[in-house]
Amino acid sequence: MRRTFTRVLPQLLTLAVLMALVTLFFPQFLAVDYQGGRLSGPVIDVLKRGAPVALLAVGMTLVIATRGIDLSVGTVMAITGAAAAWAIASGWGAGTAVLLALAAGLVCGLWNGCLVAVVGIQPIVATLILMTSGRGIAQLITEGRILTFNDPGFAWLGSGILAGLPVPVFIWILTAVAVAILMRRTALGLLVEAIGINRSASALAGVNARVLLIAVYMASGLCAALAGIIATADIRGADANNAGLWLELDAILAVVIGGNSLLGGRFSVAASVLGAMIIQTIDTGILLAGFPSEYNLVIKAGLVLIILVLQSPNLASEWYFLRRSLTQRREPKPVPSRVKE
Amino acid sequence: MLLSIRSLSKSFPGTKALDAVDFELKAGEVHALLGENGAGKSTLIKCMTGAYRRDSGQILLDGQPVSPGTTSEAQELGIGTVYQEINLLPNLTVAQNLTFGREPRRFGMISSRAQRDMAREMLAGYGLDIDVGRDLGSYSVAVQQVIAIARAVSLSGKVLILDEPTASLDAAEVRMLFDILRDLRDRGLGIVFVSHFLDQVFDLCDRLTVLRNGCKIATEAIAETDRLKLIKHMLGRELDEATEEERRKTTAPHEERHEMLRFDRVGRPGTVAPFDLTVRRGEVIGLAGLLGSGRTESAELLFGVRAAQSGQAHDEAGPVDFSNPRAAIRAGFGFAPEDRKTDGIIADLSVRENIVLALQARRGWTHPVPRAEQNRLADDYIARLDIRTSDAEKAVGDLSGGNQQKVVLARWLAMNPRFLILDEPTRGIDIGAHAEILRLIHQMTAEGMALLVISSEFDELVAVSDRIIVLRDRRHAHALVGDEVTADAIVRAIATPDAAQTQTRGAA
Repeated sequence: MRRTFTRVLPQLLTLAVLMALVTLFFPQFLAVDYQGGRLSGPVIDVLKRGAPVALLAVGMTLVIATRGIDLSVGTVMAITGAAAAWAIASGWGAGTAVLLALAAGLVCGLWNGCLVAVVGIQPIVATLILMTSGRGIAQLITEGRILTFNDPGFAWLGSGILAGLPVPVFIWILTAVAVAILMRRTALGLLVEAIGINRSASALAGVNARVLLIAVYMASGLCAALAGIIATADIRGADANNAGLWLELDAILAVVIGGNSLLGGRFSVAASVLGAMIIQTIDTGILLAGFPSEYNLVIKAGLVLIILVLQSPNLASEWYFLRRSLTQRREPKPVPSRVKE
Repeated sequence: MLLSIRSLSKSFPGTKALDAVDFELKAGEVHALLGENGAGKSTLIKCMTGAYRRDSGQILLDGQPVSPGTTSEAQELGIGTVYQEINLLPNLTVAQNLTFGREPRRFGMISSRAQRDMAREMLAGYGLDIDVGRDLGSYSVAVQQVIAIARAVSLSGKVLILDEPTASLDAAEVRMLFDILRDLRDRGLGIVFVSHFLDQVFDLCDRLTVLRNGCKIATEAIAETDRLKLIKHMLGRELDEATEEERRKTTAPHEERHEMLRFDRVGRPGTVAPFDLTVRRGEVIGLAGLLGSGRTESAELLFGVRAAQSGQAHDEAGPVDFSNPRAAIRAGFGFAPEDRKTDGIIADLSVRENIVLALQARRGWTHPVPRAEQNRLADDYIARLDIRTSDAEKAVGDLSGGNQQKVVLARWLAMNPRFLILDEPTRGIDIGAHAEILRLIHQMTAEGMALLVISSEFDELVAVSDRIIVLRDRRHAHALVGDEVTADAIVRAIATPDAAQTQTRGAA
């Protein structure tokens, strides 16, 4: 627990600084109202709107930990959303729609995983195939229209309220917690990190790299399906062209802001979802602060750049020496410690 | 004094790599820099060549204080370096490599004729008869090494630092290299020579400096020192060389041992011709042969890294599946590969995680090894194998080569395999860890484990093996048993097939 806290401390600090910054421009940012059994306010809005990227980031974290990348998640959102909308429009009910969407997500992940692990295509290329073709598949399902529906049960997943909070907030938090527990309470986390750092050495140690790789892409597909369900339920319609558009890039950014290396290995799901919240805070904050909309993307890029520069490993040793010189000044006598190499 | 270093210190987060080290290099000498892995040799070299910035201390070149900030600055000052992994570009021609960065120009364009002339001039006096217009990569490592030296000498010309230059050379190539180095020394260069091969140090060098744990231990003239004293300096203790010799005499003759595994006609076209192998409890089988003779490939077939296209294995219980590493591990095999950086360690994971990895993989992801058990295993093996690490949570990539090798060994020992394959277990390892790994091999067989050891060091194979299989041209050519196991017999078996055939029994 303490280890996790130390790991996500930079992300927590970043989030706190950003929230303070937004509050400076928009003083009501931290205000939360309680009316008619529901909480509302900008922070709740961030938690809800950040749900799709947070969900994608959970799956993306696992894929990136294996030294892969999944560019198809935005498209998978569109496919699964279309599948769910089609199921409801065909009168199959909300439960079936959810199951169908999740199954579609798993199939997409299986496809990606097989291309990467069995055929041996580089992840960026393998997932690019589904990224570009997937919207076509989604359009085939929706027959080129925006498929709208009216099913209160399904819509509840996107805009419902549970215990005062929007339902999507519960979905992404529960997913993140479940995945984190699955990874750390079983040996999956260690094995995933091992194949990400050195696949051939792991395989020689008996790790079943192929099955694990397929599994992480399927997990990513499943997370994308959940994100697709939320996005579709929220607008009560499946838009094959715009659902999840470019969200794969936000998801990758969230993972990177979470301090996870794109070269694979050590990962933290908690840090990634915090990264997603950081991105959403920036997005919402810029809007609330009242900047002209044409500045939004530039300001976002600038903030992201600052965050990434502060996290840069090239600066890590500078931080170390800075911190050491500060602590040494406080201590009266630095004891020279001799540590064996 | 050509180069003198005064009380140089360098720290990394958590470690003091060099502690007030002094070092002096005269013009016209070859000066050996010795020490175990992790003693600080590489750090010292990197401080001299500007790859690292030193924390404190002075570097004087020809009496002038210098502080090179980059390797190219060091080169301009006169300090050239040739690394073990040659830092040239194999896809460019020899001439392009030699003149890289200062190509002769004509009307603003590179003149390839002038370039070749310049290259030939640079190589004059090195006794190389090569076509400078051909790609560097088409020449042997030894020739590439000489070309790298020629480039470093012509760029710098005062100090030449050689980091393990002989690691991948054969004896004749080493002789050629040493002739060149002696010649350079006589021309007044100061040469720093880093090597694990003590024979070569005594053959070539004039003086030596020993580092241990980041401190300078001694600087002595070669003529005034001997091997024992040197090893004592490096280890800080006496080396017991008697243990390995004892081993083969105390164990039972191999015919009396219990047969454990039998491989029949295992082979794969283009890799290794089909061979038979009988493995007995508690025995050590050595695999000897030249590089490319099929040693590593044989090991990979036995462990299922490459699927064998013919042959099968049996034990007392029946057929054994070794078609892939996971199956081989289930059958009780283990394999510590030759290239531990790419195939052995998981660099970013901790010592503990590396040790439990194979065990965990066999138990499956749903049955994690409890953390307490992991800690116990890690602490146990760190103590038993004397793995030098600050604690079990340190990343394996931060350990020195010998300790990384011990972690890979620990990973397999934790599985308690019955048949363990060690491919070059002592390559690139300092003398202390070397002796310890040989001692470990002894210990493991005493507990009934069978070992297959591959090594290019015939003396080492002779010391540990009960019998030796000699490979030639991707075939298991000969087997040496009992008194026949001598380095001399191995060399003869490799070199003169017909003579050796009459002396040895058929493959076991």
